[in-house]
Amino acid sequence: MIQLQHVCKSYRGHEDALSDICLDIADGDIFGIIGMSGAGKSTLVRTINLLERPTSGEIIVDGRDVTQLAGADLRAYRRRVAMIFQNFGLLAQKTVLDNVCFPFRAATGKVTDENRAHALELLDRVGLKEKATSYPSQLSGGQQQRVAIARALACDPEVILCDEATSALDPKSTNTILKLLRDINRETGVTLVVITHSMDVVEKICKNVAVLENGRVVEQGSVERVFADPQAEATRVLLGKVDWDA
Amino acid sequence: MPSDFIEEFAPLLVQGTIDTLVMVFVSTAIAYAIGLVLGVVLHLTAANGLRPMRALNAVLGWVVNIGRSLPFIILMIALVPVTQAIVGTSTGVLGVIPPLVVATAPFVARLIEQSLAEVSRDTVEAAEACGASIPRIVFSALLPEACPSIVRGVAVTLIAVLGYTAIAGALGAGGLGDIAIRYGYYRFEDGAMIITVVLLVVLVQLIQTIADVIARKIDHR
Repeated sequence: MIQLQHVCKSYRGHEDALSDICLDIADGDIFGIIGMSGAGKSTLVRTINLLERPTSGEIIVDGRDVTQLAGADLRAYRRRVAMIFQNFGLLAQKTVLDNVCFPFRAATGKVTDENRAHALELLDRVGLKEKATSYPSQLSGGQQQRVAIARALACDPEVILCDEATSALDPKSTNTILKLLRDINRETGVTLVVITHSMDVVEKICKNVAVLENGRVVEQGSVERVFADPQAEATRVLLGKVDWDA
Repeated sequence: MPSDFIEEFAPLLVQGTIDTLVMVFVSTAIAYAIGLVLGVVLHLTAANGLRPMRALNAVLGWVVNIGRSLPFIILMIALVPVTQAIVGTSTGVLGVIPPLVVATAPFVARLIEQSLAEVSRDTVEAAEACGASIPRIVFSALLPEACPSIVRGVAVTLIAVLGYTAIAGALGAGGLGDIAIRYGYYRFEDGAMIITVVLLVVLVQLIQTIADVIARKIDHR
């Protein structure tokens, strides 16, 4: 269970990047956070694993405030909360297998044979076992994102943060990735936090959604409810329910 | 005439080439040991780095800039007492290595900083999100990712240092620069001058070609 309580983030020159964000994300949920470019989605998701520290407010995970974590505690926490990125964030100079093994190296400083065997299982799970010795540049975007998903799974995370994970992909790869994420959620019960600007993505995999506009949550609820009865103007725009040349 | 010429200059040129290579490679190696650390610290402590530290970054930046702004010939003379204290002489191959290191390390620091800055933000952030510590990110992500670029930087550095050694030749350093000045320039031995220049050109081409081949071989992008 992830609770964001009154989370605010301000930068110099951008005072209200996030203002008073309150969200509850249940275990096993697929929680969408949607908004236009610049709404603060990426900043918001980065506060959850503390790549960005909130200026004020608290992030409570399983009853514990993680906002002030530092050093080894922070790194241990980050291993419970994996992340995948729009541009995959793979190491270009390492093989696919070494990329998937990176979290083990991050945790212990070394990679054991057992780790490698586990990484191969994960690559098999995302359908890329035969690419283990390839380099990321030899893979398509969709395949690279699958490698990133295998890497995210390496530490048996409780949560995976997906920051525009399909925004750089074509529709076919997008569907493959979304299905894979949904199946992994079903199999392992891992919580997914899905950042996107696409209602299509929300509709396909999310159970709950929050709509972000100018650093504020303007609407949240179950996906069925929000799609059937959008309250906020921003939601209607995202749903395409506003006359586009009005 | 040609055989006399070869008899007179061949041993000199062979020794000069060896001296030059020793000066270039030893100084560059030591400069990299220092510059690599400086470059990594500069990168990490920058405002958008993994561990922003404004004061340290500013001071290091200043030191590096000062090191880079002094003309080499002046630096070499200014460092004579230091050089004598460290290696016991301020001339010859040994005497030029300390000033070469002092001149080159700041240059290397900037090259390293630049190579590290080329590593994509996403990749570093992904490593961070995996729970990697900063030393782990440096050694397992940043430096390996920047490796091809660093190799290209080594070639740039070696060639710059080769240029410095020729200047150092004017101050009694030995090597090909020394031969070009003493024989070619002061004694109007055009043959010696031309051969030294040709040797320097060949060295530069070799260094660049080898570095390019290595960089291409290890780059998997």
